[in-house]
Amino acid sequence: MPLLRIDEIHLSFGGVKAINGFSTGVEKGKIHAIIGPNGAGKTSIFNCISCVYKPQQGAIYFEGSKITGMHPDRIARLGIARTFQNIALFHHMTVLDNLMLGRHLFLKRGFFAGGIYLGPARTEEIENRKAVEDIVDFLEIENIRKKPVGTLAYGLRKRVELARALSLKPKLLLLDEPMAGMNLEEKEDMARFILDINEEWGVTILLIEHDLGVVMDISQRVSVLDFGVKISEGVPAEVAKDPHVIRAYIGEEDDFLRKLEER
Amino acid sequence: MKEVLARFDTFPKLLAHNAERFGNRKVAMREKEFGIWQEFTWKEYHDHVKYFSLGLVSLGLAPGDKVAIIGDNRPEWVWAEVAAQAAGAVPLGLYQDSTLKEVGYVIDHSDSTFVVAEDQEQVDKILDMKEQLPKVRYIVYTDPRGMRSYKEPFLLDFKEVENFGRELEQREPELYEKKVAASKLEDLALICYTSGTTGFPKGAMLSFRNLLTMAANLMEVDPKGEKDEFVSFLPLAWIGEQMMCLSSALLTGFTVNFPEKPETVQENIREVGPTIMFSPPRIWENMTSTVQVKVMDASRLKRAMYNWAVPVGYEYADTIFRKRTPSFGLLLRHRLAYYLVFRALKDRLGLLRIRTASTGGAALGPDVFKFFNAMGVNLKQIYGQTEISGISCIHREGDINFDSVGKPIPETEVTLSETGEILSRSPSVFLGYYKNPEETEKTLAGGWLHSGDAGYFTEDGHLIVIDRVKDVMHLNDGTRFSPQFIENKLKFSPYIKECVCLGNERDFIASMICIDYPNVGKWAENRRINYTTYTDLAGKPEVVDLIAKEIAKVNETLPATTRIRKFLLLYKELDADDDELTRTRKVRRAFVGDRYKHVIEEMYAGQTAIPIDAVIKYQDGKTSNIKTTLVVKDM
Repeated sequence: MPLLRIDEIHLSFGGVKAINGFSTGVEKGKIHAIIGPNGAGKTSIFNCISCVYKPQQGAIYFEGSKITGMHPDRIARLGIARTFQNIALFHHMTVLDNLMLGRHLFLKRGFFAGGIYLGPARTEEIENRKAVEDIVDFLEIENIRKKPVGTLAYGLRKRVELARALSLKPKLLLLDEPMAGMNLEEKEDMARFILDINEEWGVTILLIEHDLGVVMDISQRVSVLDFGVKISEGVPAEVAKDPHVIRAYIGEEDDFLRKLEER
Repeated sequence: MKEVLARFDTFPKLLAHNAERFGNRKVAMREKEFGIWQEFTWKEYHDHVKYFSLGLVSLGLAPGDKVAIIGDNRPEWVWAEVAAQAAGAVPLGLYQDSTLKEVGYVIDHSDSTFVVAEDQEQVDKILDMKEQLPKVRYIVYTDPRGMRSYKEPFLLDFKEVENFGRELEQREPELYEKKVAASKLEDLALICYTSGTTGFPKGAMLSFRNLLTMAANLMEVDPKGEKDEFVSFLPLAWIGEQMMCLSSALLTGFTVNFPEKPETVQENIREVGPTIMFSPPRIWENMTSTVQVKVMDASRLKRAMYNWAVPVGYEYADTIFRKRTPSFGLLLRHRLAYYLVFRALKDRLGLLRIRTASTGGAALGPDVFKFFNAMGVNLKQIYGQTEISGISCIHREGDINFDSVGKPIPETEVTLSETGEILSRSPSVFLGYYKNPEETEKTLAGGWLHSGDAGYFTEDGHLIVIDRVKDVMHLNDGTRFSPQFIENKLKFSPYIKECVCLGNERDFIASMICIDYPNVGKWAENRRINYTTYTDLAGKPEVVDLIAKEIAKVNETLPATTRIRKFLLLYKELDADDDELTRTRKVRRAFVGDRYKHVIEEMYAGQTAIPIDAVIKYQDGKTSNIKTTLVVKDM
């Protein structure tokens, strides 16, 4: 049984069909990538998984139970964390505070106990800080630990965003374009971190990425999406050879127009 | 010190002594990890060394074997070193940023059978060359991160080796104690590979006697105690760091602190607030240029206070240097300057608690030196070589002359040869170069250690180092000058990172300059000058003018015959990976002269623009092509 199963989901905004019957399964412990041209519906799928959107038809199952229609905060508790394409962090707070906030799910003590920082509240704070420091060490962001996120370079913010998602201790990590806007060196670092998270911490990863080189290198399975429809799926080498994929990417003009007319 | 040394005459013996003396009551080391300063007491330090040492023995490490250690400064580095010594083997350090070729050369040349490497990055270097290194039997790593997919049987985790040690202790209790007791003062303790401004590195063999007498003699004139705090952030492969972290720390029992990451050093120094410090000039130079740049960014009031306070500091420092009593007015002004500016400045730099600091390894410009003394940091110059276990001369308390390197430490004789070369003799002079008798004989000719440095003594017995004998240059008209002296003056400018002065057997002095990228970049941003890369920035006419002004300032302080007449800004920084600098960041003059030969020739031929078409090699082996034109500017 796959960790995450997406079953024939349809999502439309008024007359625009964003996802048109998409299904896939993400196996436990794998790195699975979703690729496709701009506007293919990749982020919409993520939004359906994290229950920001509710697909009109179809359902999504996580560890065998249906999650469509749940409240987004329940999803986080189930063990699904995500990063966003346009960094979602508190820019005036330090890296550490952002990460600690990422762990608020695990903080059970109330407002007053936390406020006076005594007894169990204190133990809890220390435990969570420990977990956060593990991530800081893992992602090598020790030197920016106490800097406000807003003052950091873009590549580093992306890394902090990843750290924030990791602080939820997820079973499944959704990464929305983790390498967008990065230079080569930053991309190499990020690729290494993703592999390490997957292999050392055993976190299953579903990622959206435009850099095909990276996708082909690190993922074990790739789904290709075009206009809300899955046009291909398989191991990277197979997918790269698939004529549908080549067409979608090289973008034959006639084909593109024809598809537009069909809609 | 001497009494302690008489009873405990090797590192492992001293460690056992300290473990007994302090037990778990005193912290021997701290390492920042997970955001917290993790502490190791002397007892824990001793236990780690003991089990790692036995672990190595159980893997077949025999007396006389060599153990190479490579990695950033961490407790494990030091444990591995003392552990090897306790087993009767000989440790040697490698610079952590060494390239494959350098790592391969040293490991092979030293006949190392064990390598202790910090992490995946260092392990990869050795694995890449495993075929060329048949003598290496085991590689031990201290950080298991990223090592999951490595299945080689000769790769071991540091903790695993410690466990082997615990098992061996069960079978043979007392074995470690017996081994430690067998270590002797005259034993070879360490092979220290000198970076060398010429050719391949040479392995200087140092005995416990060398290392410990040096430390004991230094303590007599610059005492350190068990309450002192030291931050270790320079390569442990360097003799200076060995002298502090091992010889001195074991002898006196002070605490050594290891920073979290190389990038967090400055922050960590501030957290620890060390009381003693020893760094090469570039650290002090960097601090000065950071201060200068930050001041430019400060508010007008702060800038005014700084600009008032610094001259007061200089005046005060000068008065003290001349051994005069400062007038009441000066004392008052200096106090005020201290509370208004210097105290905050020292705190920011983490130097507030410094009791005694020293600089050595290369020459520090007098301006930088004065700057710290003006601030009230008790900075002293020291002088020495790897071959004399680090130090032969140091400034004495209250007897500081910013041109000199002080006076010889006890039991050390320093004299000059007929040609003006500095010679020294002491119990700390090394045993010789490993597998290189010709060089040993040359260096130790006549029973004196030949430093290769030119120098002279002042009337009050201070040693002044001019430059390397072979680096002292002559202009065509016979004027003698030291390029290093001029370069150090130039490097005081926050905009100049590195420079190379030329002029040997020429008509005038010219200079090739590397700009300080962050500082000049900031300067350019403030003036809305666009730039993309280092090369681009160095080519901007405004930047050339900026540097010209800085050179003009320096020229005013130089005698008319040795002023810089022409200069150009290089299109890249000098880099140790390109063999242009040594690993301790000294310019390799001959190599640079050769590499930029055509540039130099054209500059002296009177060209005003030199076209460049060069290939730059990056650390990861990638190359890129640079096409640009260097502008030669006349002064």
